[in-house]
Amino acid sequence: MRLRALRAQVAAETRMTLERGETLLVTLGIPVVLLVFFTLVPVLPTGSRHRVDFLAPGVLALAVMSTAMVSLGIATAFERSYGVLKRLGATPLGRPVLLTAKIVSVVVVEIIQVVLLVGVALALGWRPHPSAGLAVIAVLMATIAFAGIGLAMAGALRAEVTLAVANGVYVILLLIGGVIFPLHELGGLASFARLFPTAALSDLLHTTLGSGPSATEAWVVLALWAVAAPVVAALTFKWE
Amino acid sequence: MPAVEVDRLVVRYGSLVAVDGITFDADFGEVVALLGPNGAGKTTTVETLEGFRRADAGRVRILGLDPWSDHTKLTPRVGVLLQRGGIYPIMSAERAVRLFGAYYEDPRDPDELIDLVGLGSVARTPYKRLSGGEQQRLALALALIGKPRVAFLDEPTAGVDPAGRIAVRDVVVALRTGGVCVILTSHELDEVQRLADRVVIVDHGRVVAAGRQGELQGGSEELRFAAEPGLAIGDLSARLGARVTEGPPGEYLVPAPPVPALVAELAAWLAERDLQLGDLRAGRQRLEDVFLKLTGPGVAGAADGSSGRTSPASKRPSRRGRTRR
Repeated sequence: MRLRALRAQVAAETRMTLERGETLLVTLGIPVVLLVFFTLVPVLPTGSRHRVDFLAPGVLALAVMSTAMVSLGIATAFERSYGVLKRLGATPLGRPVLLTAKIVSVVVVEIIQVVLLVGVALALGWRPHPSAGLAVIAVLMATIAFAGIGLAMAGALRAEVTLAVANGVYVILLLIGGVIFPLHELGGLASFARLFPTAALSDLLHTTLGSGPSATEAWVVLALWAVAAPVVAALTFKWE
Repeated sequence: MPAVEVDRLVVRYGSLVAVDGITFDADFGEVVALLGPNGAGKTTTVETLEGFRRADAGRVRILGLDPWSDHTKLTPRVGVLLQRGGIYPIMSAERAVRLFGAYYEDPRDPDELIDLVGLGSVARTPYKRLSGGEQQRLALALALIGKPRVAFLDEPTAGVDPAGRIAVRDVVVALRTGGVCVILTSHELDEVQRLADRVVIVDHGRVVAAGRQGELQGGSEELRFAAEPGLAIGDLSARLGARVTEGPPGEYLVPAPPVPALVAELAAWLAERDLQLGDLRAGRQRLEDVFLKLTGPGVAGAADGSSGRTSPASKRPSRRGRTRR
């Protein structure tokens, strides 16, 4: 019975996510365009590495942020303003199942993103040396962190404000998150940028999917966000 | 055990007392309406019964359970229609009803339900593109999908077109026949007169009158009439054997059972003086008169049926201003 409700809710959440054009743009369109454009056009300071070897992990990090923070946050904020969350509170669905459904739905969309982006990257000549297990752990931790940030916005701000803030944060973290510009090219900004989960995730994906030891600092930053953001969201979330 | 028990309920928003000691109950197979102007405390009361708000004082029981602390035990057996919204904008009626059906152990048949509320022809249209009345009817369908024992319908006919109102009315009658306890709110008197077995009139967070419709309206047996202002009331009173009073100029009240003999005496008295009889109303008041008398700005206006009509429309400041943020 609970499982039936969960399955139905996951299906509904996922379908609505995939039906929203603006969501598809931010979760699939932009990452694919960035990956293809900056691989084919040599304007980025990626050093001696093949451009796609740098871009693929960064764009995967961007994809996680776009789904778990931007798409989830904005959708939830509007559901709150439309009274949907309130109405669901009067059904037997229950908040834990609703939250689980949202997270599962985010993971489903991420799987679609990964399949698409990895496929495009491989076609562009990406040759990863994956420690896939560690990469998956990093993605899951980042998903929880970004979902926490998105839900914290959705539960406290008006829907229109969440829309603006989530997109603004997305653009800033795209620029300083090691997604298209390598962190070491950011100069003095780099140490500030490393405090955020996007840089931590792209760092970890660069190392777990490419070469080099992953930085303990990045794991710590990601773990802190994965704990702190959901806690803040849980404490501040207003359901109506 | 009644299906719904409310005993001296108090709900505050900060220093504002929205509900100030409301008491009523409702049985299975009964339709009880909370009637009152906007801002009277109807929605706050219903939302407390639904478990969205906690009572600050008093006792509330739904099916013998506390809607706040036993919320998860009640949700499978209680249907809710919010005053507005509550549905995913891009979801069609068909998908919404199926999704909500998956939340419940033994839901109603989705297609039957969509037909029941008259949405068969727009079942695939996204919620945001439905008319206000269609949206409200979809919300009603979602309140019923889980076969509730108790249904809370907050303004079920607000913004609903005449055809939709008939659909809503039919559904409410069917619920009552099926033994469901229905609590609805409204500021529309006509709807309440059509739908409810019992009426609880609420104003400023208090119950100002409650009873079966007949009881509420039967309380004052009187005769009202209109004629030219300044009649010789003393003389007329002596003739009729009752103390006639003049309310607004030209409107008179005879506090006596409106038997034909009384009407005949009045007519004769006017005829002897060659006076016109402008308006004559006997017997039970309409619920509207009771409502306006109890909640209206002044009794004088309430005596005049035509000017009284404007009162429900002249809304007080929206209740939105007093909801918790």
